[in-house]
Amino acid sequence: MDVQRKLEILADAAKYDASCASSGTEKRDSSDGKGMGSTAPGMGICHSYAPDGRCISLLKVLLTNACNYDCLYCVNRASSNVPRARFTIDEVVKLTLDFYRRNYIEGLFLSSGIIRSPDYTMEQVVSVARKLREEHHFRGYIHLKTIPEADDALIAEAGRYADRLSINIEMPEETSLQQFAPEKDVRAIRRTMGRLRLKLDEAEDNRSTKTKAKPQRFAPAGQSTQMIVGADGANDHTILHTSANLYGSYRLRRVYYSAFSPIPDASRALPLVQPPLLREHRLYQADWLMRFYGFDVGEIVDDSAMLPLDIDPKLAWALRHRDRFPLDINRASREELLRVPGFGTKAVERIIATRRTTTIRLSDLARLHVPRNKVLPFIVLSDHRPAPHRLDEARLIERFKPKATQLGFGF
Amino acid sequence: MQYIILDTETDFESWRKAARMLVLHHVKPTEVTWAVQGGEAELFAPPALSPILEVNDGTFSVSAKFVELAQTAILHRDPQRFAILYRLLWRLKDNHDLIEVATDPDIALATAMARAVHRDEHKMHAFVRFREIGRERAAHYVAWFEPEHYIVELAAPFFARRFADMPWSILTPDLCAHWDGHALSFTPGVSKSEAPGEDRLEETWRRYYASIFNPARLKVKAMQTEMPKKYWRNLPEASIIKPLIEDAERMTGAMIANAATDPHKPQKRPEAPMTRKTVTNDLEALREEAAHCRACPLYKDATQTVFGEGPQNATIMLVGEQPGDKEDLAGHPFVGPAGQMLDRALAEAGVDRNKVYVTNAVKHFKFVPRGKIRLHQKPATPEIKACRQWYEREVSAIQPDLIVAMGATAAQSVFGKITPIGKNRGRLIDLPDGRKALVTVHPSYLLRLPDPEAKVLEYQRFVEDLTIAASLQKKSAHAA
Repeated sequence: MDVQRKLEILADAAKYDASCASSGTEKRDSSDGKGMGSTAPGMGICHSYAPDGRCISLLKVLLTNACNYDCLYCVNRASSNVPRARFTIDEVVKLTLDFYRRNYIEGLFLSSGIIRSPDYTMEQVVSVARKLREEHHFRGYIHLKTIPEADDALIAEAGRYADRLSINIEMPEETSLQQFAPEKDVRAIRRTMGRLRLKLDEAEDNRSTKTKAKPQRFAPAGQSTQMIVGADGANDHTILHTSANLYGSYRLRRVYYSAFSPIPDASRALPLVQPPLLREHRLYQADWLMRFYGFDVGEIVDDSAMLPLDIDPKLAWALRHRDRFPLDINRASREELLRVPGFGTKAVERIIATRRTTTIRLSDLARLHVPRNKVLPFIVLSDHRPAPHRLDEARLIERFKPKATQLGFGF
Repeated sequence: MQYIILDTETDFESWRKAARMLVLHHVKPTEVTWAVQGGEAELFAPPALSPILEVNDGTFSVSAKFVELAQTAILHRDPQRFAILYRLLWRLKDNHDLIEVATDPDIALATAMARAVHRDEHKMHAFVRFREIGRERAAHYVAWFEPEHYIVELAAPFFARRFADMPWSILTPDLCAHWDGHALSFTPGVSKSEAPGEDRLEETWRRYYASIFNPARLKVKAMQTEMPKKYWRNLPEASIIKPLIEDAERMTGAMIANAATDPHKPQKRPEAPMTRKTVTNDLEALREEAAHCRACPLYKDATQTVFGEGPQNATIMLVGEQPGDKEDLAGHPFVGPAGQMLDRALAEAGVDRNKVYVTNAVKHFKFVPRGKIRLHQKPATPEIKACRQWYEREVSAIQPDLIVAMGATAAQSVFGKITPIGKNRGRLIDLPDGRKALVTVHPSYLLRLPDPEAKVLEYQRFVEDLTIAASLQKKSAHAA
């Protein structure tokens, strides 16, 4: 099988992993003339976008799509009849360098099916990173999938070469993982995430205390994980509760939500329908509310335990808490401003900086880059106050609901 | 009217010099016309230019933030940018705070220009595609790019740092950047025909692009927001975007409609994926059993059961409340800050650490997540009761002479009822099974005390309590 055909099979096998981030790592470049590559620590670079709207930043492939495990939701499960392939270590190294040299990618995201044993698989994955870093002095971004229960020495080595490590939690609940991925053990996954966090903390402590010894490098872009949405019956509250737990416990940089999508040769036990893309989008919004807007899981989801699909979760929260509005944005605290529907973190910073020197008026809203119609019922300005009954109206919500349109495409 | 002619479109230094002089001469923004050498606006300049203004002695300052903003905004293609920035400078000199006012029309305009320039720079970093000329070591990499703004000089150093080991050129209609492995250089713009038309890897790249695309998630608009069509003509992968979109519906339909094939029979696995440790003795068996404990809901949110640790022939068993953040991650008891304090106190009290078994009344970490941290929660009585079986089985496996209960939760577990610490600490208490018990505070209580004096005092009392354990340990060692 030629490398192009292998690439097709092994990229196809890797695309259900949503992560493609290349940001948040240490600053690195090749200006010392040895090797090639650099990182863009602030914001990652997306070198292309596929028609699914997803960024293509990294060469995202599996080393092999052969797998011992039989996880029902997975395109690579042992019992599937998809074609199988396996890259040699040199083939992945060469593809990465060739693509990188042409500025197609920021680096490599390498994962693998579990073959022989967790340790054997991890060793193969680490070998690619080792070769890129040690032999080719590759300074680009590397994301490695960590195999749960792999030996500590292998994990330490993976962290030395990789910018980011990840282990997928896969399912929001232990019971669904048992049902869909009987060979996977959520306890083993969490223990490994715990081990990663201890190593990440240690590396960070070393960086902050100034010692002469060069600190042991460990995955400067941290760890992340992914949860599949819509394959099991978990509700949004359960999903977000699991995310909050994972963020707090393992200092994850990101939890990715992946709407379960039809796969070639899918198992009969799973819902083969259009992926719940809008639900996935709402979960990302809710995730942002938890991380950057000071919201608690319990505040984001109401008693129905599901996020509304027609309006975003912050607006839904505001409509449930009309007594807190309207808010005078020339006076409100940062925490309060962050809770106004339509205000992003940057808009809040602009408001706070601007109101120090001047009073914000109705005509200023456009220059603050906030959606005027959305925010007006919730705010007071020096020349604007929503009609007193406005917030009490049952119809307020209608104002925000999208016009009835078809989402995605029909059959 | 003053006519200012700048050398190039990106000549910030000349703009700055001129703007400085104009401000010092009180030349109003409406009295200045800006143009670039050879540019269109220059045609309208009168043949005899006004005498160049002499540098004046006066001085004024503007915030660094403005300089930064102007340096970027000046790269915008809008011919009005020089005038807009001068107007802003004119207003800023008497009103320094203006730079923070995002709602000011001039600030908004300049900021929008700077943002557009940065976006264009970012897109250039992303969408430049090098094509190889020659092979391997003798190769030269050449790209063709059409920037929206005057960003070649801004964006070029990025490529120099990234591709330091290969000679490359980026050709654009405005300006071309070259790197020879040592230094950057710039030459005038060229036409597209000067650039190479293909690269041997582009077909492989297109195959990758097609394979990484998930046809079941078609979101063409999202793609176009980030990768506008104007860039497509220079992206090798763009030629297959249309066919991929057209085929997406059919492919997804086929995946949904096709009944799954009969499951492929996996081969016999050479090795069990998760090997369980072999059980060596009683304590090990207990540990293994406890790892799967579901007796209370705490297991759900915790990482793992943190079982006791120490030799089976320990004479003293120390019981704490529950594992903390670090213990939960590491899977070992007393490895966090409280554990370090305990180790120090044990050493000071003269307790032989090799004969001590440490465990917790509750073996899962109870917490609530708060952003990036976990807040410790006191275990409730049902959780303490549910976990007590493990404590009892640890006691019968180890048969210690003395059990030290540290803190209220431990005391509740050891005595089977709520047992106040203050009233009971500092003396040996007989347990129904003939063993001795000692009650003291939990080391994390010492860590939480805000008053340093109280901290020292309480630590002393803690060590004193442990000294009782040490003397009992010595006595029993003597007896043995």
